[in-house]
Amino acid sequence: MIFSFDLLINAVLSGILIGGFYAAVTAGVSLSFGILDIVNIAHPAFIILGSYVAYIVNTTLGVDPILTAVIMLPAFYVLGTGIYQVYYVSFEKRGQESLRGLAFFFGLLFITEVSLVLYFGVDYRYVEASYIGPTWHFGTIDMPLRILVPCVVSLLLIAVLQLVLSKTFIGRAIMAVAQDQLALRLMAVDPIRIKRIAFGISIATASLAGAFLIIIQPVEPSVGRDYIGRVFAICVLGGMSSLPGTVIAAMMIGIVESLTATFYGPSWAPAVSFGFLLLTLAVRPAGLLGR
Amino acid sequence: MRTPLFLAICLAVAAAVYAAAVGVGNDYVFFAGYVILQYIVLSTAWNILGGYCGYVNFGSAAFFALGAYSTVATYKLIETQELPHVVPLPVLMLIGGVVSGIVGFGMGYLTLRLRGAFFAIATLALAVVLQTLIVNWDFVGGSRGAYVLRPEDLPLIGPYIRYLFLVMLLLAVAALVIARLIERSRLGYGFATIRDDELAAEASGVPTLRLKLIATTISGALMGMAGAPFPYYIGYLQPASTFGLDYAVNSIAMPLIGGTTSWVGPLIGTILLGSLQQIVTVTISSAVNLLVVGVILVAFVILAPNGIIGLVHHYWQRKPEDFVGRRHVETDAPGAVP
Repeated sequence: MIFSFDLLINAVLSGILIGGFYAAVTAGVSLSFGILDIVNIAHPAFIILGSYVAYIVNTTLGVDPILTAVIMLPAFYVLGTGIYQVYYVSFEKRGQESLRGLAFFFGLLFITEVSLVLYFGVDYRYVEASYIGPTWHFGTIDMPLRILVPCVVSLLLIAVLQLVLSKTFIGRAIMAVAQDQLALRLMAVDPIRIKRIAFGISIATASLAGAFLIIIQPVEPSVGRDYIGRVFAICVLGGMSSLPGTVIAAMMIGIVESLTATFYGPSWAPAVSFGFLLLTLAVRPAGLLGR
Repeated sequence: MRTPLFLAICLAVAAAVYAAAVGVGNDYVFFAGYVILQYIVLSTAWNILGGYCGYVNFGSAAFFALGAYSTVATYKLIETQELPHVVPLPVLMLIGGVVSGIVGFGMGYLTLRLRGAFFAIATLALAVVLQTLIVNWDFVGGSRGAYVLRPEDLPLIGPYIRYLFLVMLLLAVAALVIARLIERSRLGYGFATIRDDELAAEASGVPTLRLKLIATTISGALMGMAGAPFPYYIGYLQPASTFGLDYAVNSIAMPLIGGTTSWVGPLIGTILLGSLQQIVTVTISSAVNLLVVGVILVAFVILAPNGIIGLVHHYWQRKPEDFVGRRHVETDAPGAVP
């Protein structure tokens, strides 16, 4: 097969940009699944919720979607702590998180999606912002701002998260809660409180990821389902709890998907992340930068 | 109760159900009843892996759709070869069962050596990938979907839907008997040890990986068999609806609502939730019906973790050993100082 070099460069570049966005989508799961061991498969549903919040505020008040998401961070944080509290009392405390905890999140995913369908219908929704239309051209290279802006902001988000996790007391406690709860208790820290905070932060990232999603593509309630496989593939590939690993894995998946879509057709792209996931699980379960 | 006696009772009940359905005289009963019977098979199959072993399968829709699409593939193959005879339904179910069973085995082999959550996530992603494959496979209709002509009326039975109903009824009986057999055999005890403490089971010499593979294969095969007659039921098979999340959520919700430790649980859950869904779909709408399933699922896992069976046990047979034997002693936090 003969293919043009320009096409290749553009595919790789758009893969990197999309990968930056995937990193933001996965950051929340790396926190909840990777660090806290809470298999929150409803995370994509919260991202769609974030998209719809951005959509409502954008269409009624005309506020920038990313700004909306930043303003909504505390609300999503509170939502997250609330969900963790229910999860803790009903499942973790009773030691039933494996089967019923999973079913709980599956139910949440379902309720969120169907509620959005009932309220908004299955029409595709989109937002308006100054950076959605234009594209920067560098010679043969195209850079749509629609994808560049979310990519830059999401890398910023991950950098902030990484700083918080490695430098602040709360952040270090979050990293510690995954390793040794008993040691944390001996340091007079309540592991449940730390987990609640961490889960709150993980859901808060869904607000921003949701805004990015609706900037990049029109959104309808079931779009989130495509992200379940992708998000967990990235999380596992990135080594579960490592944010830099998440970024690298997200960009890898982004590039491979973009190449698949360019050279084989977009209908094959969803299978890519699953292939990666299975390959990772079979060959290197610890991921790229695993502990 | 001995298994032959149980089988005889099940067959008697099945005969009574069929007679009652014929007695009503309206074919709608068969159409609605078929869906409920299909869910009895799906939820029982899910429970063999999910309830007995404690491994959550989110990909029921994928196994179900595999069964349905093996029928479509066989149908198309015969159509293109211009073979005169139609493959009998039991043979199609066997094909669907074998295909889904093999996929279940492969799936389990790749993921079951890791922690349970990975298996759950992999099954979720499996549905997406299989859907992608089917969408891109033009032979079985691709994303446009495929039409399957329902065969003509049969002698003795009448309209084809009655035949489908009858076949699904027998499959439901078979699934319940298999589940009950497993529950009371060495296999079932092995499954229970995996559910309760896999590490301890492994340490005491239980061949956990082999048992889990047996469970995924049986469970997948039953789901495939439930899916095989579906193209004839629906007439027009299309990937988006065949891989729909409602199969996945229903086959999880029904056993969890009924109770996961016994074959009765999925049966009770399916009859309750399945009938409720039929009523809500007819009276309100099918979107609301899915919302109802989601809310009931979440409510049950939080408020009644052992399902209806658990509630019944709790209120009617309050035996002291139930409380002594309870495994999960409440502590103020996981990992608390012993």
